[in-house]
Amino acid sequence: MSGKVHVEATLNGEQVEFLCEPRQSALEVLRDVLGFTGAKEGCLTGDCGACSMVMDGRVVCSCLVLGPEMQGHTIETVEGIAKDGEKLHPLQQKFLEHAALQCGICTPGFLVAAKALLDKNPKPTEHEVRFGLAGNLCRCTGYDKIVRAVMDAAAVMQGR
Amino acid sequence: MQAFTYEAPRSLDQALSLFGSTGDNARALVGGTDLLIQMRAATRQPTVIVDVKSIPELQIISFDPQSGLRLGAAVSSVRIYEDKMMQDKYPGLTEAAWLIGSVQIKHRCSVGGNLCNGSPAADTPPALIALGAECVIASTKGTRTVKAEDFVVSPGRTVLQPGEILVEFRIPAPKPHSADCYQRFIPRNEMDIAVVGVGAAVTLNGDTCTSARIGLGAVAPTPLFAKAASDSLVGKPLNEQNIAAAATLAQQIAVPITDMRGTVDYRKHMVGVLTRRVLTEAAARAKKK
Repeated sequence: MSGKVHVEATLNGEQVEFLCEPRQSALEVLRDVLGFTGAKEGCLTGDCGACSMVMDGRVVCSCLVLGPEMQGHTIETVEGIAKDGEKLHPLQQKFLEHAALQCGICTPGFLVAAKALLDKNPKPTEHEVRFGLAGNLCRCTGYDKIVRAVMDAAAVMQGR
Repeated sequence: MQAFTYEAPRSLDQALSLFGSTGDNARALVGGTDLLIQMRAATRQPTVIVDVKSIPELQIISFDPQSGLRLGAAVSSVRIYEDKMMQDKYPGLTEAAWLIGSVQIKHRCSVGGNLCNGSPAADTPPALIALGAECVIASTKGTRTVKAEDFVVSPGRTVLQPGEILVEFRIPAPKPHSADCYQRFIPRNEMDIAVVGVGAAVTLNGDTCTSARIGLGAVAPTPLFAKAASDSLVGKPLNEQNIAAAATLAQQIAVPITDMRGTVDYRKHMVGVLTRRVLTEAAARAKKK
């Protein structure tokens, strides 16, 4: 009853096309079909944010998007954050400097959500950072280091 | 997740014929923030998923000073709370749309989905009820409208019959000196399910209330219109005493359950607290309009 669907989308600036079953989520497509394993499977209920991706400029949980829904849309993942895949983005650099990760499972989701936050609000207050990242859970750091890293990255990106 | 077929019709007619031919086996998909979770948990198992986001009628936000607001059922929360007209004309519904879930969820979820999911604790239904929203439902047989307070019939179930979909909300234009407000209580700062949610919309003539509507969430099997509480305010000044009396009437129709979020007594108490607060805030906003 459910043949595979042909989908074309833009992923990190490049055209991609793939076949997927309707029941495959965007997360499964990214990881299992396209080999982009940056987005992580956490809760599968939209609570943890580990699977965060950006769809048409807005951060969403890729576990709550169906693969076929990606048709015609622009997707950005953690793999697209470092310039040319090599030079770390200030957020990535500051996550390292502030030790804003321990086990690392939540980190891609935090980076994607934090980048989306800073793209929209380049000078957030600490409250705005905490609120904007409330859809991402971390069980290691206690969040303070993550918030400091994001604030510091925002300052660097503003040339402060 | 059980296998299903995926359809993404581009017109309302296409969607209606799909729903007409598949009936109870089909489910409309907007943000998927409830539906996909329920499908993974096998509490809903549609065999046809109809992605309705490409249907123009379901994506409309249009305001007319005479006929009021047309809000498409698939308009995402973020489009609502980023919309200047919505912030200005319908601050309470805008608040409710803003309160649903994390940023990730708000970028996908819709007011239509929030209502069709049928949760008694959803945030936008009390705000819709307060505004006197009408739900426009369509099928191949035609359209009908249902009041927001009549849409959910029991937890997880709505008035939608097989073959029908929710197309849009029609909400009256606010009269001069009118405003709405929605507040909920949750034990953390964000991202939680309402212990109690209350929406109110009022119209003032000087200090006198000429119209009031109060909607309650999470205190009954369905969202409630607090009619007696609302009617009690008409023709009276919205002072502390009359607001307190309305809050007491609102408490009387609350029939909550005890669960991990709160007890029956606590929820009833919070109906009073939040009803007072939203009426006071809606009145303050209305005075500035």
